[in-house]
Amino acid sequence: MNRIFRVNMKDLTCKIEEVPEAWAGLGGRGLTSTIVAAEVPPTCHPLGPNNKLVFAPGLLTGTPAAQSGRMSAGAKSPLTGGIKESNAGGTSAQQFAKLGIKAMIIEDQPEAGKWYELHVNNDGVTFHDASALKGMQNFDVIDAMEAKYNPKIGVCSIGIPGEERLMAANISVKDPDHKIRSHGRGGLGAVMGSKNIKVITIDDSEGKKVEIADKDKFRAAAKVFAKAMLDHPVTGEGLPIYGTNVLINILNEAGGLPTKNFLYGSCEHHDKVSGETMHDVIASRPNGHTKHGCHAGCIIQCSQVYTDDKGEYITSGFEYETVWGLGINCMIESLDDCARIDNAMDNIGIDSIEGAVLIAVAMEAGVIPWGDGKETLRVMNEEIGKATPLGRILGNGTKSVGEAYGLTRVPVVKGQGIPAYDPRSVKGIGITYATSTMGADHTAGYSIATNILQVGGHIDPLQKEGQVELSRNLSIATASVDSTGMCIFIAFPALDIPECLPALIDMINARYGISLTGDDVVELGKYILKTEKAFNDAAGFTNADDRLPEFFEYEPIPPHNVVWDFSGEEIDEFWNF
Amino acid sequence: MKITVKLFAIFRNDRFKIEDREYPKDATVGDVLTALDIDHPELGVALINGRHVDTETVLTDGQTLSLFPKVGGG
Repeated sequence: MNRIFRVNMKDLTCKIEEVPEAWAGLGGRGLTSTIVAAEVPPTCHPLGPNNKLVFAPGLLTGTPAAQSGRMSAGAKSPLTGGIKESNAGGTSAQQFAKLGIKAMIIEDQPEAGKWYELHVNNDGVTFHDASALKGMQNFDVIDAMEAKYNPKIGVCSIGIPGEERLMAANISVKDPDHKIRSHGRGGLGAVMGSKNIKVITIDDSEGKKVEIADKDKFRAAAKVFAKAMLDHPVTGEGLPIYGTNVLINILNEAGGLPTKNFLYGSCEHHDKVSGETMHDVIASRPNGHTKHGCHAGCIIQCSQVYTDDKGEYITSGFEYETVWGLGINCMIESLDDCARIDNAMDNIGIDSIEGAVLIAVAMEAGVIPWGDGKETLRVMNEEIGKATPLGRILGNGTKSVGEAYGLTRVPVVKGQGIPAYDPRSVKGIGITYATSTMGADHTAGYSIATNILQVGGHIDPLQKEGQVELSRNLSIATASVDSTGMCIFIAFPALDIPECLPALIDMINARYGISLTGDDVVELGKYILKTEKAFNDAAGFTNADDRLPEFFEYEPIPPHNVVWDFSGEEIDEFWNF
Repeated sequence: MKITVKLFAIFRNDRFKIEDREYPKDATVGDVLTALDIDHPELGVALINGRHVDTETVLTDGQTLSLFPKVGGG
């Protein structure tokens, strides 16, 4: 990957640039955050002309390495006001890698009212009138682009919420089965909409295999790495059978499953929407698939295809956070209803974590009855999906709903909805939520592995000791992994199987003909976090933003009846590296 | 003594979801695993009344024991 595509939406040009030396060793999140920090004024309006939308595949994307098909998207987030990276599976990352595109940087804005399709191929980017696509949701956009080109065309698109620059809007990426994966978090769909880009299409037919400097070394390391994925019980057995939703029951038992808008830590009807139940439902229905990969080369296969009892497709990529958000936090007991709402969020293009968390707050406000899946589906499609006045209040995220209705139990950090683990009863993840440069984000430093799942050791989730160090170490490691194009689930074998992480580093070295060490990888993670934090600081954030909502401090959560009890000084120790 | 045992994921296969079962006084988590014919290395997480415990932990009457194989997600 040796080219930067620099797209200017004001004069509708694409310059193809060489990769600056300073960016050569970066990919994925490391590259998007470096570019955003270097080129976006931190105080700019995220929806204005000075923000930039950056796409970058990872360092290993396009190689035969298992799990390496993730694409990073970055910008200043309209939801958090800080730097954002959100990565997704699908086909776009490997298509970019095949075309030798290390990053695509989209700048400025066109004349108001005109909508564009950016068509990416080996020659650069061309700009097509997309006015006929305006007002379409994502699945129709994919159909239209496949009809215009061919079924192999890559598609990244926004629905109406993205067009209307709602802050929960995501960027939807076509997956290998013509369905959708998402750059979900942080409102990047609104940034794409602010640049009047309805869709990006990718034709990689003139692309080439990525070059590998030392093929034998790469092959040997890739074999060790893939074996680690298959040997580890989490990636080799638990995730393929039950999907990520296997976590519902274990978080419920541990008292860390936020229920009814973070009022309780466990839920009576948890088993109705658990991973075990979901597996049995899918397996019992025609055309259902319990295993599915979000990108070519995925051997974990934690996704699934969820159908109704007649075998009609309802959704895929039905993840734990979404099932938790709808099934537990919103109290919607019907898994079919949850699946239909998940599909609606894919179609209209909003983040399924933010979407579910904001609905729970809307339920607390009395906008939707608790547990009403049918009304939630209607609100998704008819209000948020059409950007009605109510839909705008909701579609601008959890914080927006809380402010509009005068509520105090509003689970956000830096304006972003808190995911599926309660920070009072899983304290390590609370440190990650508080300190993440991305706003509340469980993937930024996934302490659940060690606090709850006993992967990589064990630190008692209810005690404060060791949590800051755990969150810091995981956050540094995650920033590096997010730069490789790897799925975050490689962390499970990487934490437990000694050969796994060295094999990952060997693959990077063999790919580029370099000699990184484990220490270099740690330093990369530190550099990324510090670069992101410097951007946020310059945007106006202080350590007062590295805090959880106040209600966590005075509302004890059953069953353990614990509160969030870290002082500001203790949280700030996170940045002591 | 009576212990409520909850099983999850593949531990449910050919066993049960939840049962109240009798065990001898001073039985450990490991004894329960053995009685259920679960190899100890297969255990991912054991919780007694929602708190993490190890296989040496001694049970007392009326407790709830939740047993998980090695699972994960995100």
